[in-house]
Amino acid sequence: MTEPLSREDVSHVAKLARLRLTEEELVRYTEQLGKILVHAQDLNSLDLAGVAPTAHPFGLVNVVRQDEVHPSIDPAAVLAEAPDAEDGRFAVPRIVGEAP
Amino acid sequence: MKTAQQIANDVRAGESALVAVEASLAAIKARNEELNVFLYVDEDGARTAAEAVDAKVRRGEDPGLLAGVPIALKDNMCTTGIPTTCSSKILEGWKPPYNATVVDMLAAQGAISMGKTNLDEFAMGSSTENSAFGPTRNPLDPTRVPGGSSGGSAAAVAAEMTPLSLGSDTGGSIRQPAALCGLVGVKPTYGLVSRYGLIAFASSLDQIGPFASTVTDAALLLEAISGHDPMDSTSLPEPAPSLVAHVNDGVAGKRIALVRELVEGADDAVVASVNRAVEVLKDAGATIVELSIPELHLGLSAYYLIAPAEASSNLARYDGVRFGNRIDGDDVTAMMEATRTAGFGAEVKRRIMLGTYALSAGYFDAYYGQALKVRTRMIEAFAAAYQQADMIIGATTPSVAFTFGSKTNDPMAMYLNDVFTIPTNLAGEAALSVPFGTGEADLPIGVQLLGPGRSEARLFAAARVLEIADGR
Repeated sequence: MTEPLSREDVSHVAKLARLRLTEEELVRYTEQLGKILVHAQDLNSLDLAGVAPTAHPFGLVNVVRQDEVHPSIDPAAVLAEAPDAEDGRFAVPRIVGEAP
Repeated sequence: MKTAQQIANDVRAGESALVAVEASLAAIKARNEELNVFLYVDEDGARTAAEAVDAKVRRGEDPGLLAGVPIALKDNMCTTGIPTTCSSKILEGWKPPYNATVVDMLAAQGAISMGKTNLDEFAMGSSTENSAFGPTRNPLDPTRVPGGSSGGSAAAVAAEMTPLSLGSDTGGSIRQPAALCGLVGVKPTYGLVSRYGLIAFASSLDQIGPFASTVTDAALLLEAISGHDPMDSTSLPEPAPSLVAHVNDGVAGKRIALVRELVEGADDAVVASVNRAVEVLKDAGATIVELSIPELHLGLSAYYLIAPAEASSNLARYDGVRFGNRIDGDDVTAMMEATRTAGFGAEVKRRIMLGTYALSAGYFDAYYGQALKVRTRMIEAFAAAYQQADMIIGATTPSVAFTFGSKTNDPMAMYLNDVFTIPTNLAGEAALSVPFGTGEADLPIGVQLLGPGRSEARLFAAARVLEIADGR
């Protein structure tokens, strides 16, 4: 496979990841990501039929704790580090359009 | 410079902790501008902490395992009220509202945090050239990289600014810079050290571990930060292992496997060092077996799908809403795009996009799903090898420290630096790098010792045998 992904693919992925790319970046990343994905083709050299996937080294199971009240971080200390806060909440620019 | 063990002993015997702290501050002042090791030096905090240790000693209380020992922290570990940047513009100026568990554990053991060290942005890189705040220089040869991503923490110890430092290792980010700077560096078993407050890169691979100039110091530091943490649900349920007590256990009767894939492609001088280490261990009473683990060839490809996939998810939180920088936009999506586009560097963007692609509809099975199956095969292959051997020996890196800019234009060339270290992270097992011999330009070479989960004591004992043979 010489072209594992196209410029359109990279452009789409950048959009999903909330990144804006210049034309020059789009060309460069398409080439670089393509090279990495070509290298990744070697994963297909193993017969992996019937092999279970491992998402975590020790096969994690749920960890539960007692439902007890503990002190937690002061919300004011957290909000003090936010770019914008209002009335005890994080403030962000407009999310939906104005009502007609 | 005194070792951590010597400093702690002297402080317990009544020497002021300020002696080591002032020596550390002087060493930082002498070379930090040249080497760009520390992003933040906590001069006042260090002196205050030293006085608190002295007060404990005067009151006759136990000042801890690391009493008065200066330590440097990689700047991806949260420190209350002290900037924590991950060497990224997106977190510039952010001060965490809580400490990482390791930070609290170090303080409880009397260690003195001197400040925060440079890294490849979000720990993504092998040379510290990806830092938004400029590269760190290798103290042994400032025309070369210190390795990465924990390059600042390695350089702090190599430049004798601090006897100890902490790094994090996702695919080799402690062992590789340790090798390039002539230090002992340890990737502990996954879950041995709490990840609470370690800013996540790839959560199923990340692990905090020590840098030190001696095997005993590395064991001392790892012992101080190990143990179960209720704040990290992936933390192992048992108490900290006893490590320092076993450093001089030797290797008599141990079976050590020389694994072909862990030296293949390395420079001649590196191969020669590994072979010489094998002879030393054999002379010390170990039995050597030669093994091939072909699955290791696939580690790099599996890692460069799994780690970016996890990173693309972990780094979604940097959206300008709750912390760090925000670049304004007309609506919330425009704000997020502007913030992330301006805040992340090229390597971080590359990995976020690679991970997003590997997880996207239509490609998930072909890339991420396939990589997870290879991970299973890797774990099985290691388990089979550990039926025949108590530990594995190989190289840490293919070469000695390289020069600036020599690998920055080709991501694959940079990634190949981690080819020998990545498999341990995929398997969640333990490994360390110990300096053994020198190569080109008299620069240090690291020999890697790998073992199953919870085998740290055994690895330290073998590393100590090599350290003694190397005249240290």
